[in-house]
Parts: sequence; C-alpha cells; structure tokens
Amino acid sequence: MPSSSNRLVLGACLLVAGTLLSLATGGAEENDPLAHREDLTPEQRARVAAVTQPTERFDKAEPFEAMSAGAGTSRKYVNRDAFSNPLANLTFEQEQDFKLGNGIFKKLWVSSPSSTRASDGLGPLYNARSCQRCHLKDGRGQPPANNEVDAVSMFLRLSVPAETEELQQALVDKQILRVPEPTYGGQLQNFALPGIPPEGRMVIGYEEVPVTLGDGSLVFLRKPGYGVADLGYGPLHPDVQLSPRVAPQMIGLGLVEAIHPGDILAWADPDDSDGDGISGKPSWLRDPDSGKPLIGRFGWKASTGSLKAQSADAFAGDIGISTPGKAPYGDCTAAQNLCRAAPQGEQADLGESEAPDPLLDLVAFYSGNLAVPARRLVEDPQVLKGKRLFYEAGCATCHRPKFVTRKDAEPEQHAFQLIWPYSDFLLHDMGEGLADGRPVGDAGGREWRTAPLWGTGLTEEVSGHSFFLHDGRARSRLEAILWHGGEAEAAREAVVKMTKEERDALLAFLQSL
Amino acid sequence: MKKGMALALLAGFALPFAAAKAEPPSAASVLLTYADIAHATYRDSLTLAEEMDKAIEALVAEPSEARLKAAREAWLAARVPYQQSEVYRFGNAIVDDWEGRVNAWPLDEGLIDYVDAVYGDSAPENRFYVVNVIASPAIQIGGRSIDASTITPALLQDELHEVDGIEANVATGYHAVEFLLWGQDLNGTGPGAGNRPYTDFDLSNCTGGNCERRIAYLQAASKLLLADLQEMVQAWGPIGAARNALFAESPEAGILTMLTGMGSLSYGELAGERMKLGLMLHDPEEEHDCFSDNTHNSHYNDIVGIQNVYLGRYKRSDGSLVTGASLSDYVKGYAPELDQELRQELTRTLASAEAMVKRAETVESYDQMIGPGNAEGNAVVQAVIDDLIQQTRSIERIVVALNIGQIEIEGSDSLDNPNAVFQ
Repeated sequence: MPSSSNRLVLGACLLVAGTLLSLATGGAEENDPLAHREDLTPEQRARVAAVTQPTERFDKAEPFEAMSAGAGTSRKYVNRDAFSNPLANLTFEQEQDFKLGNGIFKKLWVSSPSSTRASDGLGPLYNARSCQRCHLKDGRGQPPANNEVDAVSMFLRLSVPAETEELQQALVDKQILRVPEPTYGGQLQNFALPGIPPEGRMVIGYEEVPVTLGDGSLVFLRKPGYGVADLGYGPLHPDVQLSPRVAPQMIGLGLVEAIHPGDILAWADPDDSDGDGISGKPSWLRDPDSGKPLIGRFGWKASTGSLKAQSADAFAGDIGISTPGKAPYGDCTAAQNLCRAAPQGEQADLGESEAPDPLLDLVAFYSGNLAVPARRLVEDPQVLKGKRLFYEAGCATCHRPKFVTRKDAEPEQHAFQLIWPYSDFLLHDMGEGLADGRPVGDAGGREWRTAPLWGTGLTEEVSGHSFFLHDGRARSRLEAILWHGGEAEAAREAVVKMTKEERDALLAFLQSL
Repeated sequence: MKKGMALALLAGFALPFAAAKAEPPSAASVLLTYADIAHATYRDSLTLAEEMDKAIEALVAEPSEARLKAAREAWLAARVPYQQSEVYRFGNAIVDDWEGRVNAWPLDEGLIDYVDAVYGDSAPENRFYVVNVIASPAIQIGGRSIDASTITPALLQDELHEVDGIEANVATGYHAVEFLLWGQDLNGTGPGAGNRPYTDFDLSNCTGGNCERRIAYLQAASKLLLADLQEMVQAWGPIGAARNALFAESPEAGILTMLTGMGSLSYGELAGERMKLGLMLHDPEEEHDCFSDNTHNSHYNDIVGIQNVYLGRYKRSDGSLVTGASLSDYVKGYAPELDQELRQELTRTLASAEAMVKRAETVESYDQMIGPGNAEGNAVVQAVIDDLIQQTRSIERIVVALNIGQIEIEGSDSLDNPNAVFQ
C-alpha cells in the first residue's frame, strides 16, 4: 500500500494543476496567461505569449517557422540520416556525449556469460538486441509485412484489469499505471536466449474497410486485429489486454522534456468547459525516484515523464538489460522460472547492473539531443494553403503548433527555444476505431496522446515507409487522418469534405514538416 | 555581424597592436587554402585507391600470397590520405552526406561473405545478418526478393547498403573491401588481424566457395569506391559544389566551418566515439579498421588531417606540399597567444598518436590496447584522448576570441525570416 503522505502529495499537485488551469483559462490574472512561467521575466512572458499565439495569417511563412527545434534545428542535407544528427547548438563536449550515447544505442548486447563481459546480459527475454534495431535510423518502426514473423520495430504490450482492491488503489495512487499480465509480464518478448522459450509471436490480421470521401473518391483503411501465437508459457490471462506499439521517432525529445508543465496544462480542458468538443487531459504520473507528481509526455499514451525513465524501461523491457535500480532479468515474471534462473550479466568489478553508469545517462542524453530537421518549402503557396486548411479544419487545436521551452531548462541548449512539435502532449478520446481498450494511468482505452508531427514529412526518406499511428496501420498520412475519431471527428469530417486540391495542399503541408 | 565583422575585429585587435602582430591573411584566402587542401587530399585518396584497384585486378587475374599481400598494402596506403580528409566531413554538409557510402562502420560481415561459427548463424533482429550475398545469387527475405545473380556496384549501393534500415548492413566502402581482403579478425583481444587465404580468390583452387562471386564483389566494391571518390574530387575542384558551398556564405562563417570541423572530429568523433567508447566497453569490436588491425594508423591520420587544416599545409602522397594562407596565421593576427597554444597542443597530440602507433607496431595491436586489465595499453590510448580534448578546448577559445560563434546563416538576422532563431 502506498503511504498516505504520497497520496497527499499527489493531491496537492492536482490542486496546483487546477490553479494553473484557472490562470490559463481566465482567472484573476487574465492579462498574463503565462503567469505560471516563473522562469521568465514579465517582459519575456509577453514576448513568449505573442510568439506562441497560433497564427491567423497564411499568406506567408511565420518568423522562425522553418526552425522546428529552434537553435538546435539541423540544417544538414536531408537524407536517410536526417533524424540522426545532434542538435546543431551542442558544444563539442556535448557532441561527444551524444556520440558515446549513440555508440551504446547501436551496441549489440550478447548473452551471458560472454568474453566481452561489458556487453553481456541480453534478455533472457527480449524484443531486440540493441536500441537501434527497433529505432531504425532513429525513425518510426513499422508492422511486419505479410509472411514475416520476425517483427522487431513493433511489439505487444500486455496487461490485465486490476482484480484486487490493493491493485485498484495502487492504480489510483499512480504507484502503478497498469497491471502486467501475471505470467508474461508487461510486454510480449518474441525472442529468448537459447534454452529458454520465447513468449510467443504477435499475429496480425487486416480487414480492408472502404471510406468514401466528399469528392466521391474511395480510400481503403486496413483494420487490424491482434493475437498471439506459439505461446511459450501456457495460456494468457482470460482478460488480457493487448496493445500494439511501433517504435516512435526519436527527434526533439529533449526539447519536449523542456516544455513547462504549466504550458501543457494551459491547454487541458478535461471537462470540455469551453464546449468545443475537444477535451484534452494531462497524463499524471508519479516520479519513480522522488514520488512527486509529474506530467507524462512520452510514449503513445504519455505514460512516461522523463527520458531517463523511458530509456531505463526500454533497456529492461525490450532488451532485458538492467540499469541501476532495475532487475537483471528484464521482463521475466516469477512464473517464468527458467528465465529468472538464467545467467545474468551483472559483474561487480564493472559496476552495478548490466549497463552500469554512465551508460544509461549517455543513452538518455543521446535520446534527448537528436535534432529536428529544418522545414522545407515553408514559403511554397501550396504548403501555405495546406497550413491554412490544417488550422481551419481544427487540426491545430490538438496538434498545437508551438511552445517556448523553459528558460531554466538543462542543458541550456534546450532552454528558451521556440519549438514547433505540433502536439499538445495531452490525452484525447480518439474514438472506437483507434481504441485499444487498454487503459494506462489516466489514459483510457480510447485515449491517446496527440502525436507530435514534426519530422513527419521525412518518414519516407528516413524509414523507407509511410506507416503511421501507434500500430502502423495507416499506410499514408491521409489514412492516418481518416482513422481519427472521437474528439477529432469534426476535424476528420472537414478533411473528408475537402476537394482533392485541398487535400493535396493539406498533405503538402504535412510533408513539409 | 557577418560583413562588418572583419573590420570590427581589425579595429578591436589589429590596430592597437599592429606592431606586435603580423598582418593576418584574409579569411577568404584562408578558405582558399582549405579548399585546395581538400581537393589535393581527395585527389590523393582517389589516386591511391586506383593503385589499390590495380592491385586487386592483379590479385584476381593470378591469385597468389604475394599478390594478396600487395593488395592489402595498397589498401593500407589508400587509407592514409582518406583518413586525412575526414576533417572535411565535419562542417561541410556535402561531405557528411556522402561519407556513409565510403567509410561506414562497424559492419555485420555475414551480409557479405562466409563467417566463422562464432559469429552466430542468425540474428533475430537483422534478417541480413548471415545472408552471405557472395553465396546467394537469389535472396529471399520475408516477402521480398533481391536479384543478386550478378554482383554489380548498383546492387551493392542501391539494394544492399543499409538494407532494412540497419546501419551495420554495410555493403560498400573501404571497410567492405577491407573485409574481403583480410577476412574476419577472430583473435578477440589477442594478437593478429584477419587471415583470409588468397585461394578465396582462386578459381582453380577455390577455398571458401563461390570464388567467382567473391571476385565480382571485391571488384564491384573497389570500382564503386573509385566512383565515389571521383565525385568528391570534383566537389572540391574549381567549380565544385563543396567549394561553392564554402564560399556561398560569409568568409567568417567559413572560418567557423573549419574550426567546427577540427573540433568535432577531435572531440566527439575521434576522442569519443572511436576511442573512449572502446576503452569504456573494453570491446575489441569497437575498432575502426578491425579486419586489418590498422586502427592506430586510421586515428593517427585523422589527427594529421586536423593539423593540415590548421597549418594550411598538406604533404601529398608524392611528397610535394600544398600550402597557402593558413588558419594559424589568421588566428595569430587576432589572438597570437591562442595560436601558439593550439599549435603546441596539435604537436603534443601528434606525439601521443605517434606513441600509440609505435606501440601498435612493436608491442600490441590497437584492439589489445583497449582490452580489459591492460592498464599500460589503456593509458596510451587515454593520452591521445586527453590531448584531443585539450586541443578542442583551445579551438573553443579561438571561436570565442574571433567572435564568430554566433554566426547565423545568410539573411537570418531579419526577424521576419522563417529561418531566424527566436532569442
């Protein structure tokens, strides 16, 4: 059971959140919508408020618009490596940490015991042997093609409903965000070391569903169904909840971490008090170290609040590599005896855990400092027209164009940058079509975090495909839009009604991001 | 800032101390030397790669131990100017864009040819891990098929290089050729490089199987390297794209490009990714030229290249010199003490690198030096790392002293500009 003091802390935080919200939506300090930005002077607050105001002019590009990541924006040539460059404003020393982190990110882990002692500890259950083998070219993953069984850049998360009062209370208190499947753990690992059964493999079936657009043209969406075959440890829990995930793109993450929480809360409207049909709620978490509440920003359901925690979770769950504070057996549960008993890769003389310090810090640094490429064609008339349509259709209501990061962010290269992620980092009901029926923390089974759109136009160049959404079901940006439902239904309808020329312009805008 | 800067600097530094300081060369003349050295270095890289290509043709025409040795020596010689060119990759987007084709590393060699059982017979997350193109005229992976019946440069570059988006699927460049000439290094952190027999290329007495296709692969990779190098020679030629890009912005931005290239190669790339990472993990796989055990020379020539850029002086492979107005003279004009400091540090780094080379030639190879429990070997590598970091600190101070750190791209000073940065 969590201590009552922890509960109090969370309560206090929600109160703070409420205060910030009232300030932002017209409280006593109506004249200063950024009163929560204690990191700024009043003069800076005024400048930030002005520059982050959504534009109303579409006849030309906005100032700063091409530089999606502010001073860190990459102006290197656009090629397959477009997502792999460091922020342009790093110092030489930070560039070294970035490259060391990249080395660890690419590193293939091997099973224990091994002659390369510093590199062992893989698994025993795993989805990949290195970070990069899921985050290919630091871009987004994809579902396996037909007849392929060796999915790497996509896997299934597993959980079950909370059956005991204790677990229910732990969920309420945010001690946990979901209850892992009792035998298989929090995700399905399709690979295992020799002698240990893999957990099983993800099975996908697609059904083609026609959608007729306003101009009469026909688009097919593929509706997926998921299952697990070749179960290695007996049947899954009867109420198991499966949710597929492709690896997300890696760019701009440190800048997202540098957004002031008050700026995220300012757009939250969980009860839709302004009646625009869009709610948007923050994903509240509890900091695993301090126990303090923090806002989730990362992951498809905003279930992680810091890059370091995200990196540690991925090391453990995806590769089976422990970092300080994590168990060496990764996602093996107590019910998986062989797996728990297998040799581990921890060696006292090399430091605590299989990936001892400073490996996790280096990977987290790498993850936080990948540059967002500069926009292309920002002044192109078709792109500007598409941008106008994007705003008019209501897309920008959730795909929030811009923020100015905290002035006190660390490292300073992330601080006070005008960034253009096109996300509000809030949870929204996306309708039944996209629902996975698997709640995580504050995110219900129909709710997803608004996906940032920066860099989306380079997906084909970097990743060689155009699969979008959390499970890559959409084969194009248009299909991705057509899957929007729930709070995004009106925006979707607006796109459906567009002429072909308008749709092409909208897609040209997205392609320029 | 940009256009007025040289004048401002003259007013701020040069005039009051005119007697004490030499008249600095113009930034434009320094850039000219930089571009000329680039051109000469890539030209030498091409010339020596052509020599290597001839040695490869001689090997496959009449395979023998001696001819394999000659081809390996030609590869080693070809690496010298190429590594000295690497400093140009940093700061010049056009070089960086191209580099992945010629110098990608590390590579999963099982994509290309047979490998030892210790390499493993599969890697679940890399479908091309043991594809062995040399043994496989038709490649079927998942739903996808690749026609590899004829091994051509196009097959390597367009179909196989980084196939599946996996960076270790290296099919082209120096390291692909290196693997074919040496074979796998199966010695771990023990002594010895790869030891491929010449009969792997002998049609009448073929070892390793598929000698005809192995020959075709080696020829294709070698020819592709020549074409890629040719492209970079042209890019730095009189009307080349790389030279044009350098002069497209203000001369001071070009000076910053030079210093950025020196600093990025010194610190992040060489001291960090190529040396510190291996030392940290004690992993023999973290070795840049691992099949040939040539890593020490590879690092050494990177360091020579950094010095070439600063001193405006390049010793060509035929022994002749390319010289001109140097960055050193330019810095000396504004901050003589920093110039002297950096020159001393470059000399010290070179000396540490020479000690590393000497140890590699006389005591133990580089992969042994970074091994666990080898305090003496580790220290030799660490000394080079420390010196590289030290010289980068001076480069940073020079950027500050020249007041060019905040140079922005052309036109971005207008606040109306979408390319401006909010501050």
